[in-house]
Amino acid sequence: MTAAFVAGADAPTEVPLKRRLKRAERARQFKALALVLPLLLFLLFTFLGPIAGMLWHSVDDWEVPKTLPHTVAALSDWNGKDLPDEKAFAALAGDLQAARAAGTVAIPSKRLNYVVNGFRSTLASTARNLKTVPEPGTAKDTLIAINPAWGDRATWAAIKGASGPLTSFYLLGALDLTRNLDGAIVAAPAEQAIYRDVFARTFTIGFGVTVLCLILGFPVAYLLANLPAGRSNLLMIFVLLPFWTSLLVRTCAWIVLLQSEGVVNDGLRWLGVIDEPLRLIYNRFGVYVAMTHVLLPFMILPLYSTMKAISPAYMRAAASLGASPVTAFRRIYLPQTLPGVGAGSLLVFILAIGYYITPALVGGAADQMISYFIAFYTTETVNWGLASALGAVLLLATLLLAVVYGKLVHGQQVTGGMKN
Amino acid sequence: MSANHSPRTTSQRAAWITTVVASTLIFIFLMAPILAIMPLSFSSGAYLTYPLPGFSLRWYQDFLNSPRWMLSLKNSMIIGVASTILSMVLGTMASLGLAQWKSKFKPLVLAIVLSPVVVPGVITAVGLYFFFAPIGLTGSYAGLILAHTALATPFVVITVSATLQSFDMNLARAAASLGASPLVAFRRVILPLILPGLASGALFAFATSFDEVVVVLFMAGPEQRTLPREMFSGIRENISPTITAAAVILTTVSVILLATMEGLRRRNERLKGNLPG
Repeated sequence: MTAAFVAGADAPTEVPLKRRLKRAERARQFKALALVLPLLLFLLFTFLGPIAGMLWHSVDDWEVPKTLPHTVAALSDWNGKDLPDEKAFAALAGDLQAARAAGTVAIPSKRLNYVVNGFRSTLASTARNLKTVPEPGTAKDTLIAINPAWGDRATWAAIKGASGPLTSFYLLGALDLTRNLDGAIVAAPAEQAIYRDVFARTFTIGFGVTVLCLILGFPVAYLLANLPAGRSNLLMIFVLLPFWTSLLVRTCAWIVLLQSEGVVNDGLRWLGVIDEPLRLIYNRFGVYVAMTHVLLPFMILPLYSTMKAISPAYMRAAASLGASPVTAFRRIYLPQTLPGVGAGSLLVFILAIGYYITPALVGGAADQMISYFIAFYTTETVNWGLASALGAVLLLATLLLAVVYGKLVHGQQVTGGMKN
Repeated sequence: MSANHSPRTTSQRAAWITTVVASTLIFIFLMAPILAIMPLSFSSGAYLTYPLPGFSLRWYQDFLNSPRWMLSLKNSMIIGVASTILSMVLGTMASLGLAQWKSKFKPLVLAIVLSPVVVPGVITAVGLYFFFAPIGLTGSYAGLILAHTALATPFVVITVSATLQSFDMNLARAAASLGASPLVAFRRVILPLILPGLASGALFAFATSFDEVVVVLFMAGPEQRTLPREMFSGIRENISPTITAAAVILTTVSVILLATMEGLRRRNERLKGNLPG
């Protein structure tokens, strides 16, 4: 600081001023960054870190290398064509005895059971029956005698496939893919291949809800945008109040309304429309109704702000040029609402595909979306690898859509000034 | 604006009437759940059906006398207030910084700061569950407060940044030129002017935490169950009228928040209208 000051005093006055300004600006930028930094560090710990951790879980393959290290080492130069040699059998026998002593046999069992059904009992029975370390040269015969599965190439391929440190097993599984004995990627067996269906269902529900929100949101947004300010502010309460009401309250209310003894069924029976109560909840219909209700404000609000910015002069100009009201609406008004339609639809779709609570409470078993399976594998079966892999796919889809949304909304801000 | 909807032809009038009728039906759809559940909470009967057998406050009494519901209300308040304060401090500082920061990385930083809104709740919850469990933050107030702060801060940043955009930075410069230290300038000049924006940010943050259930579902132990979490298990098991009482209490909180927000917005618009320029 002092040196700079002294140097500044000697030099011509213009340069130090420029430099001082620059330095002041740099200090200002530094201070600005210092204000943002605490939040970034906080999010690193409470948000980015945890999500990175989840992504790591989807490729992390620690169980087998940690509990059967010598087997993994012995299999590293196995060609995979025939049964491995005596060395690998001896290593496995040693590892299993060590694992049994440490009480960790369950760890590789669980991981390998995902690959070959029944691996759990193979490992358990082998560890139990392996009383002593086999004599040198007899490990192969001993193990095959205890459990014939050790004479099967697939058993060893499963261990080699789970040797870590990283695996594509869970990510492939999330897309209904798996590797065959030769390591090529093939379709998963039919009884395990459910996730493409779940993703398709998630996107179908998301798309359906988006379309419903658009159909219901458009007239409301149009009305609110074209009423005098006082009245539209008043009616806006009908949109904002549900928006601010707890998701749980709204979901609970829909169950009360739609259950077989509920308000809607009672009303329809009273009117004589039906004799038997209709099944309106714990099925796809209930999911669509409840989710559309929750997400409708997210459609109405962007549509409203877009429509509010459309000058009525355009419609008058179209009419004066001889366009019929329908033509003017279709060719002049509608195209101008497209940015709002796009923003609202993307927003609703992004939020809808991540839904968990509403489908879990008002849907049936066949209406659960991808989030349900992520939660299920995390807390119920504790298959964190698969839960994380499904999460990674959902996250990727969400982020891609969010980038498109960001571009769309940003573009609107740029061209916003041209509309009026 | 009112000239906008003065229909000139019959077909235009018909279209406008259709819009009004359709919108009315959609408004009913939007309000139906809230309106349907309210009277049921005052029912004297144990079934959630109409007509009500009679009026009573027994379900509210039930709510107030239930240690489980009261604990959940207390937990919601503790976690809500704590995460609001924390997210206000972090979010306001970041907004002040972002308003002055010029860098090509700014869009990236903004995207990171806002990302907790976009990422599906289950992904955040699962990530936090994996991350916090080994360090003992699951089943604790601290873990939930940290998680809710992360979810609430984007709303603070959005609201406060919007307020700062309309704030004239020359006022801060004037304060500095008159000898105010940055801290004094912030406290005496900037803060009073952006206070309504801060208040809306705080309301948003509180509402976010007060409503959140997915993260709580994964991370809360029995001692940290919040009101929405208690409602979740209540709905799962069997909807008793006590839940409707809880729902009405939650809705009342929402109405108060919304009314405060609306009041702040109006006040802000009035202030802007009165300021010259």
